[in-house]
Amino acid sequence: MTAEPMRQVASVPRTAGETYRDSILPCRFEGVVYEVGGKRPIDGLDLTLEAGPVTLLIGPNGAGKSLTLRLAHGLIAPTAGQILWQNRKLERAGRGPRRQSMVFQKPVLLRRSVAANLDYALSVHRVQGEERRQRREEALARTGLTAYARQQARTLSGGEQQRLAMARAWALKPQVLFLDEPTASLDPAATAAIEEIVRAMHAEGCKIVMTSHDLGQARRLADEVIFLNRGRVVEHTPASDFFEQPNSRAARDFLAGKLVW
Amino acid sequence: MDYLAAAFQAAFELIVSFDADLWEIVALSLRVSLTAVLIAALIGLPLGAAVALFAFPGRGALIVLLNALMGLPPVVVGLVVYLFLSRAGPLGVLNLLFSPTAMIIAQVILVLPIVAALTRQVIEDLWSEYREQLVSLGAGPARAIPTLLWDGRVTLVTAILAGFGRASAEVGAVMIVGGNIDHVTRVMTTTIALETSKGALPLALGLGILLLLLTLLINAAAEGVRRYARARLA
Ligand SMILES: Nc1ncnc2c1ncn2[C@@H]1O[C@H](COP(=O)(O)OP(=O)(O)O)[C@@H](O)[C@H]1O
Ligand SMILES: [Mg+2]
Repeated sequence: MTAEPMRQVASVPRTAGETYRDSILPCRFEGVVYEVGGKRPIDGLDLTLEAGPVTLLIGPNGAGKSLTLRLAHGLIAPTAGQILWQNRKLERAGRGPRRQSMVFQKPVLLRRSVAANLDYALSVHRVQGEERRQRREEALARTGLTAYARQQARTLSGGEQQRLAMARAWALKPQVLFLDEPTASLDPAATAAIEEIVRAMHAEGCKIVMTSHDLGQARRLADEVIFLNRGRVVEHTPASDFFEQPNSRAARDFLAGKLVW
Repeated sequence: MDYLAAAFQAAFELIVSFDADLWEIVALSLRVSLTAVLIAALIGLPLGAAVALFAFPGRGALIVLLNALMGLPPVVVGLVVYLFLSRAGPLGVLNLLFSPTAMIIAQVILVLPIVAALTRQVIEDLWSEYREQLVSLGAGPARAIPTLLWDGRVTLVTAILAGFGRASAEVGAVMIVGGNIDHVTRVMTTTIALETSKGALPLALGLGILLLLLTLLINAAAEGVRRYARARLA
């Protein structure tokens, strides 16, 4: 843990009529435990996700990175402890549209056109008519998918599919975007395209929380790093500190490419 | 051998000459089975999807029941519908026995479990793939049902075609509740059964050939849908 100030990007209002007070951040994990199948893959997590920095969750395979994102996003519920959002009642999963989005390693696209995938997400968020059209076209343009608007989503290449998943997230103008290894199965060019979109969304004020096992990517994107090992936070530091002088033995071993236990 | 050849020739002539009796029977068959399948789909698709998505007490038993009902013997369905619709039965006042409506009711009961059970299976598989993404987008189960039905449309169309195949080929239920009344409730299967036993082979054979063609058509349609989907929707 560190109290050192991070590079801050103000959390700007994301839609007309929304004010700073509507920010859902920070998000605090307090003693969060997740038990499944007699194991505790998340074993007492305390951490705070503040508005601003690009946060990279890194750690060895099975450290609990994906579970942490799914817990934060409300896809699974902690078996003990609590996760507190600033504006709690807005952020209950399964209760309609929220101000946070998630992009999965393998995107789930609906069996309809690229444009219809965006329209679907917008309609769930009750964005209608001209505004829906505008947000759809903007999201397509910013992810380079305009020419694919009418193509069936499932016939896109892997990289294009992930760009569509990013476009879908972007169209919803979330305050927080969770990304779980979004480039794990992409080639370098497609990876660079996704990173570019992540940066652009962050520049617009969207908080980024992302996992990656690609250390190069973590160096390129991270403002701060949360290093997880065996379901606990081992380090939570500015990215430069983490990569240059990790405090823990586990992180040093991990960075050196050794097996961490 | 001559006797068989003559019968085939007569049957063929009935078909190509658009014999009025024969086509009336074909038309009624299609009307009854298509209506039954439409109604079964309107009920069975949302029902199967709801069973797939919602947890409720007795869900496991309902799934077993739906699967078991897929193999319901048509004569038993015919008998039960007969008992309900007969003059002394609880729905006797409706005066529906020996009418096309009675036949539609019986076939809905036959087809509904097929559509509902197959839908449940398809939607449950899709839901396990889509659940986190849809929840993430803010779509709850109620919103997810139409979404998943649409995304499962290719498989669901083949499930509905299977239901249509069963309806148009069954004889037991429509025989009992329809009664095979000339110009009123005669359909292809009941006519084949009774004309054959009367020795009137040309009409039975003609209808048999058409029924076979219909079955081929259904399967061709199912294969066509699958191929289209593979090529277009991935
Ligand atoms: N449903 C589950 N049942 C049993 N074990 C699980 C389940 N989900 C996750 N785990 C375990 O939890 C640990 C952390 O998983 P995960 O968060 O996916 O790790 P990673 O850091 O690689 O993303 C792993 O050891 C995994 O096997
Ligand atoms: Mg993972």
